[in-house]
Amino acid sequence: MWAFFHKLGSPKWFYDISGKILLWLAPITAILLLVGAVWGLFYAPPDFKQGNSYRIIYIHVPVAVLSLSGYYIMAIAGAIHLIWKMKLADVAMRCAARLGAGLTFLALFTGAVWGKPTWGTYWVWDARITSELVLLFLYMGIIALYEAYDNKVAASRACAVLALVGTVNIPIIYKSVDWWYSLHQPATIKFTEKSTIDPSMFYPLLIMIVGFYCFYGVAMLLNMRTEVLSSERKTRWVQDIVEKSA
Amino acid sequence: MHPVRKQRLMVVLFIVVATSVAAALVFFALRENMNLFYPPADIAAGKAPIGTNIRAGGMVKKGSVNKAGDSLRVDFVVTDYAADLRVTYTGILPDLFEEEQGVVVAGKLDPTGLFVAHEVLAKHDENYMPPEVADALKKSESGQ
Repeated sequence: MWAFFHKLGSPKWFYDISGKILLWLAPITAILLLVGAVWGLFYAPPDFKQGNSYRIIYIHVPVAVLSLSGYYIMAIAGAIHLIWKMKLADVAMRCAARLGAGLTFLALFTGAVWGKPTWGTYWVWDARITSELVLLFLYMGIIALYEAYDNKVAASRACAVLALVGTVNIPIIYKSVDWWYSLHQPATIKFTEKSTIDPSMFYPLLIMIVGFYCFYGVAMLLNMRTEVLSSERKTRWVQDIVEKSA
Repeated sequence: MHPVRKQRLMVVLFIVVATSVAAALVFFALRENMNLFYPPADIAAGKAPIGTNIRAGGMVKKGSVNKAGDSLRVDFVVTDYAADLRVTYTGILPDLFEEEQGVVVAGKLDPTGLFVAHEVLAKHDENYMPPEVADALKKSESGQ
């Protein structure tokens, strides 16, 4: 276990192993997203109240779920960087911030697009939507904070602390629809009781959620590989790779 | 674990616990102010201010929707099954507005207890099913 942990500290080892993982993770992601999207958008039945407009859940729910779990990935990477000073954890934290900002924006945007025909408004300041907007600002704040420092060691430490402080927002977003009266409906997919979505609509949604998790993995690895290559560009092994591909 | 790392781990845990406590205190202080709307029971109990912009939410009571023939005016009753709230609204209703469906209305409460709304939003619930399933459910309910 600790040997694996120490190996993770080596950029070259990470570059090799992530290349191998991507070889099979990328095709699995493509298949899952394609099957889920075609099934959800064309073959799943329309909803009894919303008709076809409910189909936005096949994008909205996966990106919203990932915007929350991606934050934990970022915060845990930040904590590992703070405690063990592992360079790769710092790279992971910054890549997760970029991805998370994009996913959070998509969750807010798709929600607004769906909100207009369903609720009658693009935006309402209820607890769920406001706390998700705070999440977007947290992600963007971490990106901006890193860029604001000239000393990148200090920048990483400040970003990790901000990421840890922001974790308090995640359970608030998740439980906001239960704790307070909000316009956003409560969770449909429940872990402790029966989900209130018909199985014919649920299976494609499940495929899309798993597919987006895989997509997150692919995007993270690609991002991190680019960062590792650029920060290690002066080392022998990177120059070997460049020479080989040239 | 190395003592220096152990100390850093404690710092990390402290940050997470301290911000959680701070957030919990803030939300405890805000309590009901975090709610988007008043339920009719709170309005009936006199907890909502009169004459200022507020929101109320609940279910549209069955058989209460009354549309004026010559204008866009519509009157209905919002209920949380504990108390009722009379609402009047002039404008276009969202597609999902119907009896026994959740709504959030924004507007002012007048002294007689009538809610004059300037905006009506449909509140969707967490149930998703195909039309055939919904029909079957309705049939089995009415058959009982």
